[in-house]
Amino acid sequence: MSAVARANRLTPYMFLAPAAVVLVFALLYPIGYMVYASFLDWSPSQRIGQADFIGLRNYANLLTDAAFLESFWVTIKFAAVVVTLEMVIGVGLALLLDRNIRGMSLLRTIFILPMMIAPIVVGLMWRYMYHPTVGIFNRTIKNLGFETGIPWLSDSTWSFIAVVIADVWQWTPFIFILALAAMQSLPRSALEAAEIDGATEWQKVIMIKIPLMMPVLIVTLLLRLIDAFKVLEVIMVLTNGGPGLSTEIVALRIFRTAQEFQELGEAAAMSNLLLLMLMALTIGMFMYTKIQEARTARMLKAAQQEDE
Amino acid sequence: MPKIQLENLVKRYGDFEVLHGINLEMEENEFTVFVGPSGCGKSTTLRMIAGLESVSGGEIYIDGKPVSNLEPKARDLAMVFQDYALYPHMNVAQNMSFALRLQKAPKSEIDSKVKDVAKMLGLTEFLHRKPGELSGGQRQRVAMGRALTRDSGTFLFDEPLSNLDAKLRGQMRAELALMRQQVQKNMIYVTHDQIEAMTLADRIVVMHGGYIQQQGTPEELYKRPVNKFVAGFLGSPPMNFLDAELTDEGGKLFVVGSGFKIALPEERAHTLPANAKGPVTMGIRPADLTFAPKAADDQSFDLQVVVSEYIGAQSVLICDCAGQKVEVELKSDTPIALGEKLRFEANTDAIHLFDRETEAAL
Ligand SMILES: Nc1ncnc2c1ncn2[C@@H]1O[C@H](COP(=O)(O)OP(=O)(O)OP(=O)(O)O)[C@@H](O)[C@H]1O
Ligand SMILES: [Mg+2]
Repeated sequence: MSAVARANRLTPYMFLAPAAVVLVFALLYPIGYMVYASFLDWSPSQRIGQADFIGLRNYANLLTDAAFLESFWVTIKFAAVVVTLEMVIGVGLALLLDRNIRGMSLLRTIFILPMMIAPIVVGLMWRYMYHPTVGIFNRTIKNLGFETGIPWLSDSTWSFIAVVIADVWQWTPFIFILALAAMQSLPRSALEAAEIDGATEWQKVIMIKIPLMMPVLIVTLLLRLIDAFKVLEVIMVLTNGGPGLSTEIVALRIFRTAQEFQELGEAAAMSNLLLLMLMALTIGMFMYTKIQEARTARMLKAAQQEDE
Repeated sequence: MPKIQLENLVKRYGDFEVLHGINLEMEENEFTVFVGPSGCGKSTTLRMIAGLESVSGGEIYIDGKPVSNLEPKARDLAMVFQDYALYPHMNVAQNMSFALRLQKAPKSEIDSKVKDVAKMLGLTEFLHRKPGELSGGQRQRVAMGRALTRDSGTFLFDEPLSNLDAKLRGQMRAELALMRQQVQKNMIYVTHDQIEAMTLADRIVVMHGGYIQQQGTPEELYKRPVNKFVAGFLGSPPMNFLDAELTDEGGKLFVVGSGFKIALPEERAHTLPANAKGPVTMGIRPADLTFAPKAADDQSFDLQVVVSEYIGAQSVLICDCAGQKVEVELKSDTPIALGEKLRFEANTDAIHLFDRETEAAL
């Protein structure tokens, strides 16, 4: 290979280099730092060099730490419930509002407002609404003639429901928006063909629209799932994990481990576990689409050769 | 199988009227082809018959029943779309069986139906592929197959071959013609390709600007176009049009233009309306001119050959006739030299005359 050709081949990498450098410092360095910290017995009063290296002990501790395991379970429960509800409601709304009626674009804009409010504000807002005496919910319940209001934030079951409602309120619009976009880019003629083939509106939704939106829905689901695993602010403001540990999700647990219990190493280990889990989820999804694409490409190539 | 009638069919988008009162009757088991230039309303008409587009005025009758308020599925028809409109997430077998599955047909019946149609269209080995894994020609056949498994009375095609390359298109056209003989159904076929129209149709409907210009068998339209548009639209290479004057010299009719004076056969004097004399547009097809150096003066054109387009057995000569362009189609082995002025004899029976103003045939 001539020198010129080699230089040409290297050109793209030269252009990529600055971005790569930034990436290494901005992304990999903090992560590396965190991974390293997770092997240390490290309190905030020490510099990182002074902390004792204790190998995998932090991780081992986690597996027997009932509070952590509880928060892990709460997180999974929370993520599963909110993402399911948000997907169902978001896609349902998109199906309902996907028509060209006057005023529809205004309605759509209103629908996506909650997503734009800062999570802390959302938390505060809902805390007022959940207030046992002056909150809008309990006042309404009283006005309807019931004696006692609902103990929104002081009962362990109700507080879980309360944080779920707040999260669903804030994040359903995200799914709604993406589902609507996906729906509007569906091939119109395939839907017309289904109409001619005799499909009812409902059959079109179930047999054509939803399956065709699936790739977008899966990515949306993944994004929401990752986000739901990391949720912090709203719950912190609403219940701060309580009562008891009933709404203490992992992110909150990590925060408290570092802040209140001053166990930086253990907090780092928790973060790593969370990161690993989310990464596994993402990579799994990524591989799945790659394999699908490769299969399609292979078949298409074969088909085109047969046509020759 | 049913008889389909369009009565004063009108389509408006807002204030914009795109179809102006279409009247048409399609007999049972007839292959009707809508042709016309882009934007003339062919697809709109077809989609209104299918029920995908609402009717703004007039009525559609299927077997005498008004259907313009019926859902597409109540009209018993199958349609092949220009972009095929296959269901991307279903494999070929599922695509073809979709309608039957919706009708809850017994599984054994669905299977045998799909198998039969797949065999007829050469799709058997692709039944488990998704549309994205098929070539253009195969997708086209799946679209056809999906319509065929339906067994409905009427088939609608909206430019089903226009996305294929020339070779595949010729092949599919032949297959369609073959299928036409095997399947006794009403077929309504939209195209802007006049060769497809001529080869497939029992009845051609020529549309232009939201009006039907003429309808009839391919031969009728080719031989007796009712106006200049139809004459120029059907036939390839297209008909030559020359400005001329129709004159009467002692009972004998002549078409006179710059560079030519052609005597019309005697019968024409009886068929032409009395007021036809004066400025006209003369039309003659390129194949109705033959190289004949010894032809009589009043039966021939003297043309200057400008370009010769060789297309195999035939060649098309582009010639000049005192400033007007004339095309001649003849055997490629005819000894022709470019740049020379040569004499071509006209088949005077095949001369068409059109009113210069209204463009209607005289
Ligand atoms: N949704 C619409 N809104 C407004 N005008 C429309 C609409 N759909 C079609 N038209 C107009 O109706 C006329 C007929 O359209 P149509 O699609 O029937 O043409 P076509 O004969 O099928 O042409 P082509 O050969 O290009 O497919 C065109 O002038 C087009 O601009
Ligand atoms: Mg069209």
